[in-house]
Amino acid sequence: MGSLFQGGHLLSILIFFPAVGSLALLLLRGDDHVFIRRIALIVSVAEFLFSLLLLRGASLASGDYRLVEYGQWITAPPIHYHLGVDGISLFLVILTTFLTPISVIASWSSINHRIKEFFVMLLMLEVGVIGVFLSLDLFLFFLFWEVMLIPMAMLIGIWGHERRIYAAVKFVLYTMAGSILMLVGIIWLYNATGTFDLPTIQQMIQTGTLVIEPRAEMLLFLAFFVAFAVKVPLFPLHTWLPDAHVEAPTAGSVMLAGVLLKMGTYGMIRFCLPLFPEAARRAAPWVAVLAIIGIIYGALVALVQPNLKKLVAYSSVSHLGFVVLGIFAFRSISMQGAVYQMLAHGISTGALFLLVGMLYDRRHTFEISEYGGLATPMPKLAAFFLIAALASMGLPMLNGFVGEFLVLLGTYQSHGTWASWAALGVILSACYLLWSYQRVFFGEVTREKNKTLADASAREKFILVTMSIVMLWMGIGSTYFTRRTAAASQAVIDQVEPQRPYEARVPAAGGIRADVHAADSTNDLRDAKQIPAAVDVNR
Amino acid sequence: MFPRTDDLLRALPELIWCGFAMLAMLLQPFVRSRHFFTVLALLGALGGTGAAFVAGATPGEGFYGLIQSDVFSFFFRLLIGLVAVLVVLAADSYLEREKLPFAEFYALLLFATAGMGVLASARELLTAFIGLELSSISSYILAGFRRDSTKSSEASLKYFLLGSFATAFFLYGIALVYGATGTTNLGRMDDADPNSNLLKLGLSLILIGLGFKVAAAPFQIWTPDVYEGAPTPVTALFSAGPKAAAFALLLRIFASVPAATHFWFWAFWVLAALTMFAGNLGALLQTNVKRLLAYSSIAHAGYILVAFAAVTFMANDLNGGATPAYAAVLFYLLSYALVKIGAFTIVSEIGGWGEKNLTLDDYAGLAQRQPVAAAALSLYLLSLLGLPVTAGFFGKFYIFKAAVNSHLIWLAVLMAVNSIIGAYYYLRVIVVMYMREASAEAMAAAPVRFPVAVNVVLAVTAIGTVYFGLFPNQVLNFILQPNLIAR
Repeated sequence: MGSLFQGGHLLSILIFFPAVGSLALLLLRGDDHVFIRRIALIVSVAEFLFSLLLLRGASLASGDYRLVEYGQWITAPPIHYHLGVDGISLFLVILTTFLTPISVIASWSSINHRIKEFFVMLLMLEVGVIGVFLSLDLFLFFLFWEVMLIPMAMLIGIWGHERRIYAAVKFVLYTMAGSILMLVGIIWLYNATGTFDLPTIQQMIQTGTLVIEPRAEMLLFLAFFVAFAVKVPLFPLHTWLPDAHVEAPTAGSVMLAGVLLKMGTYGMIRFCLPLFPEAARRAAPWVAVLAIIGIIYGALVALVQPNLKKLVAYSSVSHLGFVVLGIFAFRSISMQGAVYQMLAHGISTGALFLLVGMLYDRRHTFEISEYGGLATPMPKLAAFFLIAALASMGLPMLNGFVGEFLVLLGTYQSHGTWASWAALGVILSACYLLWSYQRVFFGEVTREKNKTLADASAREKFILVTMSIVMLWMGIGSTYFTRRTAAASQAVIDQVEPQRPYEARVPAAGGIRADVHAADSTNDLRDAKQIPAAVDVNR
Repeated sequence: MFPRTDDLLRALPELIWCGFAMLAMLLQPFVRSRHFFTVLALLGALGGTGAAFVAGATPGEGFYGLIQSDVFSFFFRLLIGLVAVLVVLAADSYLEREKLPFAEFYALLLFATAGMGVLASARELLTAFIGLELSSISSYILAGFRRDSTKSSEASLKYFLLGSFATAFFLYGIALVYGATGTTNLGRMDDADPNSNLLKLGLSLILIGLGFKVAAAPFQIWTPDVYEGAPTPVTALFSAGPKAAAFALLLRIFASVPAATHFWFWAFWVLAALTMFAGNLGALLQTNVKRLLAYSSIAHAGYILVAFAAVTFMANDLNGGATPAYAAVLFYLLSYALVKIGAFTIVSEIGGWGEKNLTLDDYAGLAQRQPVAAAALSLYLLSLLGLPVTAGFFGKFYIFKAAVNSHLIWLAVLMAVNSIIGAYYYLRVIVVMYMREASAEAMAAAPVRFPVAVNVVLAVTAIGTVYFGLFPNQVLNFILQPNLIAR
C-alpha cells in the first residue's frame, strides 16, 4: 500500500471526500433534519471548492493527463489505482461538484422523509460519478461505473413519484445489461494486452504494438459502445430515460440529466474512439444516423408531450444526439462542440428540471394542461424559466448555442447531409420549448388554484440566479472553457485520424460500408429493422 | 498397525470435528445446559479449523494415498471450518426459538463438516465416497430436524431418496473407473487410456453424482424444496458447505486425472449453461425468500461450472495455464459461502418462530424497521448480483476472465445474460425492503432484536464480503500457486 499515492492527492480527495461525508452522515441521528441538510451542504460545497483547484493543475497546452495518481491495487491480474484529469474530464468533474450542492439546496424542503438516507445516497452518487470521470484504469472505471448505479436507483425508487419502482428497476437493468458486456470486452482487451491501464493500451495501439483484427475490434467496439449508448441514451436504447426522469425527485433528475448521461458520451470519447479507432471510423455513419434519428425523434416526441417533465426528458434525448453526432464526426471543432454541449446541457437542462420541480412542489402535477398563465402569479419564476428554455434551445449569448453551433459547424465540414438533418433538431427544439412555455406561462390563468401560487422563494432565487449566471457566462465567455478542452479534444481526434484528413477516404466509403454490414450481420446488437432505413436517411 | 503421526496430523481437522461430535453425543444425557453444547460445538468447529493449519504445515499423502494434504485441501478445510463456525453461531438462537434439541443438532453438523473435510482432501475415490456419505447422511437428518413441520419432513425424505440415487451413481462410477484403470487412487491413473469408453462412462456417472450435490441442472430439482423445508441455519450450511466440498472433489478429479481431458469440455459447457438458466429463470417468479435464494444458489453453481468448462478446456496445459481457472473456482466459493450464510442467517432471524415470515411481503419496509439488517441483506444480494466493492464482483470477474482466457466467449456472454436476469430478482428484494411501505401490523410489531451470536455472523460475513471485494490480493496470491493441487 506504500506506493498507493505518488505525487498529489487532489483527485483521491475529490473522489473520497464525499464518501467520508456520507459515512459521517450515516452515523448521525436521523431526526435532526436541519443539521443533516447543513452537513450535506457543507460537504458538497467544500467538494466544489476542492474541484476548483483542478483548474490550476490542469494544463492548457497539451492533452496529457495531469495530477496523475498511480499505485498498485491488485497484483493478479495487475489492476492499478490510476487517476488523472485532462481537458475533457476537468469540466465534467466541476459540473458534477457544482450540481451536487445545487441538488442539495433544491431538495432542502421538497424531500421530507428519510432525509438522512437521501443525502447519503446523493453524496455516494457523487463519489461514483467523479470516480468514473477520473479513472484511467479500465477496471477501476468499470468499478465506479457500476457503483454509482445503486445510489441513483435508490434516489429514484425511494423518493420518486408514483411509478418510481418500475423506473428504478428499469434504469438499473438497462444500464447493467449494457455494462456487463463491457466487462467481457474489458477482460478480452486485457487478455490481448496484459494490462488494464488505459494510457498504456492507447500507446500500444498508437505505436502498432497491438493490432486487433477488424472483426474482433468491431465486436469490442460494440461491447463498449452499447454500454455507453444505453447511458447517453442513444436511440433506440433511450426508453428508460423518460421513465427515470419523470419518476425521479428533482435532485435525481438534475444529477441524471446533468451528469449521468454525460458518463455515456464521456465513455465514447475516452474509450471507444482511442481504443478502437478503425472500428469507430467504420461504425461512424451508423452511429451518426442513430444520433440524427435521436435528435429528430426526441424533438418530435417532446413536441407532443402533455407532461412537462417528460418533455424536458425527451429534449435531453435530442440534445445528447448532438453530442454523439459531434463525437462521431471526427472533427476537432465538432469534438469540442460535443464536449461543450455536454457541459451546457448539464447546466441548462439541470435548470429546466429544477424549474419543473419547483412547479411540482407547488401543484404536484407535471401536466401542462394543469398550468397556464403562470406568468401572472409568478413573474420571477417565469423569467428564469424563459432564460433556461432559451439556453436549452440554443439562443446565441447563452450556453446552448455554442455547443450546438460548434457541433454543426464541425459536422458540416465533413458531412453536409448529417449537419442539415441535425439542424432540423435546432428548429424543432425552439418549437417545443417555446410552445410549452407559452402554454404554461402565457395567457389567462386557467385554473383557480394557480392564481394564488407563490413566486420563487429566496432559496429558489439563489439557485436560479446561480444557474442563470453560469448559462450566461458559458454563452459569452465560452473561450474560457474551449481553451482548456481544445488540446484534449485534438488529442482524441489525432488518435482516431492518425495519418490523413477524413475527406481523403470518402471515395472508399462504399467499400467500408459493406464491411460494416458484414461485421454487423454476425452480431445483431442493433435493431435489424433500423439499419436499412438508416442508410436511406444518410444518403 | 498404528498410523504414523504425520498421517494423523494430515487428517487432524476431520478427527477433531468427529471427536467433538461424538463428545456432544456422549455428554448429552449428562449436561442440562443447552448453551453448553453451543460452546462445545463452537470449540470443535474452531479447533478443526485451527487444525487445518497443522495439516497444512504437514503436506503430503496421508494413509498411503487415501488423503492428500496440500494447499488445495488447506483452503477448503478453512472454508468448511469457517462455514461450520458461522452456522453454529447462527443456529443457537434458532434452536432456542424452535425448542429443538441442541446436542444432536451440533453433533450432526460437525459430522457433516467432517464429511465435507474428507471430501475436500480425499485423493482416493472410496475415501471420497465415505466423506460423501458422512456428510450426506448427516444432511438428510438435519434437513428433517424440525420433526413437527411437514415441510421439513418432506424436505428430508426428498433429499434422502434423490440423494441416495445420486450416491449410487457416484459409487457405480467409481466401480467403472476402477474397472478401466485398475485403481481408485486419483494419483495413480496416469497410465489410463483417456479414450477408454469405460473410463468415460465411469467419470460421467461420478459427474452426475456430484452434479446432484452441487445442484447442477438437470439434477437440481430437489434444491428449492429441500432448501425451503430445512431449518434455515441448515439451509445456510447446505448452500455453502456441501457445495464447496463437492466442487472441491470435482475439481480435484478433473484437474488432476490426466484422463479427464478436453473430452469433458462440452459436458461442462452444457451443464453450466443449463444450470445458469434453470436457476435464474426459476428464481424470477419466487415470492418466498428461501426458495428465491435456493434458485439463486442453483444459478451460482452454474457460474462456477463456467469456470469448470475453462478448467477442462485447458486440462492438458501443464504450464499452469489452468491455474487462474482453479483460482476463480476457489475465490468464488469463498465469496459465495460468506454471502449465502449471511443472507440465510438474516432470513432465519426475520422468519421468527415457526419460520412464518418468509415471503417477500414480510420484507416490505424492512429498511425502516431494521435498517442494519436491511443494509446487510442488501450487501449480500449485491454481492450475489456481482456489483463492485463486494467479493461477489471479483468472483464473477475471475470467472469471466477464466472463460475469456479459454476463448469461451459465448459462454461468457450467456453468463452475462444470466447476470442481468439475476439482477432482476435480487433487486426485487432490495426494492421491497427499501421502496415499499411496511404493513401496519409489521410497523406496529417491535423490531426483531438479533442476538449477539447472530450479529457476529453478520459482522464476519459483511466485513469479509467488503474486504475481499476491496483487497482480494492475499487470498488470490495464495490460491494462485502453481502447486495448488498436489499431483
